[in-house]
Amino acid sequence: MELLLVFLIGLLYSSGIYLMFRRSMVKLLLGLSLLGNGANMLIFLMGELVKGEPPIIGKSVSMFTGAYADPVPQSLILTAIVISFGLQSFAIILLKKVYAITGSDDLDYLNVQDQDI
Amino acid sequence: MNANIILAPILIHLITAVISLFLWGRVLPQKILSLIGSLLVLISSVLIFFLNQKWGSIIVFAGNWKPPYGITFVTDTLSTIMLLLTAIVGLAVSIYSHVAISTSRIKFGYYPIYHFLLMGLSGAFLTGDIFNMYVWFEVVIISSFVLLTLGGKRMQMEGAVKYMAINMLASIIFLTGIGILYGLTGSLNIADIGTKVRTIENQGLVQVTSLLFFFGFGIKSAVFPLYFWLPSSYHTPPSAIAAIFGGLLTKMGIYSLLRVFTVIFYPDNFMLNFFCAIAIMTMITGALGAMNKKSLRRMFSYLIVCHIGYLIAGIGLYTELAISGVIFYLIHDIIIKSNLFMMTGIIYKIRASTDMRRLGGLYKDYPKLSFVMAIILFSLIGIPPLSGFWAKIPFITESIHEGRFVLLAVILFSSFVTLIIISKLWSEVFWKDLPKPNPTEIDKFAPLKLYEKISLVFPVLLLASITLYIGLNAGAIIKVTDKVAYELLHPDIYIESVLGKN
Repeated sequence: MELLLVFLIGLLYSSGIYLMFRRSMVKLLLGLSLLGNGANMLIFLMGELVKGEPPIIGKSVSMFTGAYADPVPQSLILTAIVISFGLQSFAIILLKKVYAITGSDDLDYLNVQDQDI
Repeated sequence: MNANIILAPILIHLITAVISLFLWGRVLPQKILSLIGSLLVLISSVLIFFLNQKWGSIIVFAGNWKPPYGITFVTDTLSTIMLLLTAIVGLAVSIYSHVAISTSRIKFGYYPIYHFLLMGLSGAFLTGDIFNMYVWFEVVIISSFVLLTLGGKRMQMEGAVKYMAINMLASIIFLTGIGILYGLTGSLNIADIGTKVRTIENQGLVQVTSLLFFFGFGIKSAVFPLYFWLPSSYHTPPSAIAAIFGGLLTKMGIYSLLRVFTVIFYPDNFMLNFFCAIAIMTMITGALGAMNKKSLRRMFSYLIVCHIGYLIAGIGLYTELAISGVIFYLIHDIIIKSNLFMMTGIIYKIRASTDMRRLGGLYKDYPKLSFVMAIILFSLIGIPPLSGFWAKIPFITESIHEGRFVLLAVILFSSFVTLIIISKLWSEVFWKDLPKPNPTEIDKFAPLKLYEKISLVFPVLLLASITLYIGLNAGAIIKVTDKVAYELLHPDIYIESVLGKN
């Protein structure tokens, strides 16, 4: 399972970076969201995968015995997902607005203001 | 003494922003509220600074969860200085915005977002938890996206795409670093990570993680290979917004670098050489980029990049004196860069342009204002006894002591280039005759009412007098920065204050 996740994370990062290098704005956006998902998966993996052991102390015992699933990475991921949701929705609106103004989704056409020095 | 007072800057900004949201579309109440909020933050920041000087670190455990489990808010001298500077610049820009930001922008939520931005900055300076720092960074960047695009002109949109893409990338790199660090140490509290990182056997992995942090924060503070977003976005929003961005946002990255590379990571020789190389390239590219620019705001954007190089160079030297210099330069730079952009805003108001070819004769028309601007520009170059001079001495002496002569040469070179640029600016903008014969037609500054003029000039005057104070009373400032440098290079002080003595 860990090995599968490692490959998945690698795939998400590499395809995210690749898409960011393309000139299309939509691909830029997709690349950013893939990268964000890759980072979330990485945090998930870093918390070490434990199956079927929720971090809840039973009634009969007073402390944890043995391995249990680490709740911290999951809460980190939840926070990161919410944040990236906000950022990505802003990014989508921004790119839509840019498309409406410039009439192109090619990033190379966004250099009008850089021409005058 | 109640320790919760250190949360006051965050809470006051939050409350101000939320009440402003309820006053949606009502310009005057929002303006007054923003002024009151910023003043209260300044008062509480001054209080926190002096409390911290007197009693040492103040710590708040959120929800009373003791570290390393809960989120902690910690002050040390560095964070209180940053808090104080944020409050000062925040107040100045808030006053300046009264006239400098158009009514339509205010109606679309300028003030609430402005206070959310300042809240994020204060939070990032106070937090003692690495993931919480990430969250504050996100608060700051999402607010800055909105401020950057408010108004929706084509130029702003183009700048915003670059700004957004590269800043989101930086956040993801930062998040990746946090993930790996959590995997290595199983903790998120900065002080706790600091103690655990030292016991890890695989120090190679730690170095790689530190590089991730360096790039995450480096992109945010616009260091060499990845600074292009800054000059292509900072000149697009109104001057008030550019002032707060130019002064504080890049410095937030430097603050985090200082924090992470003293408490968590110990840069080895390779990392220090790497820092110095990056600093050299940043200074050279920033200086050369600024040289051929005709628009004032573009030029200042490149100067921000150039002067970030000094700060990185100081971190690269990593001696107590050099770090003290970094803190001094940080104080000087935050005040001066904000002031430069506000000054440019006034020039734009007077001449309806920031292009040097279309400017001129300012000294003849506005001699008193020009005198104030001269103080700002001379401090930027570092003419003794103004503040930039004292800030650069430690870099020069330390690079001689450490035997980094290339770095020394580049520091001198970029200071020299700054001198050339500013003297060119002075002769073009202030001494040269105005190319257009009728300056009164385009002058939107003279017909303003008295209180409007005060609202534009007072913040510039305030920050200029602070610059003068820093320069003329450098001894007192150096005492504080020496203390910061001592604390930073002895991270046990920070760790003990958070985790308690073992």
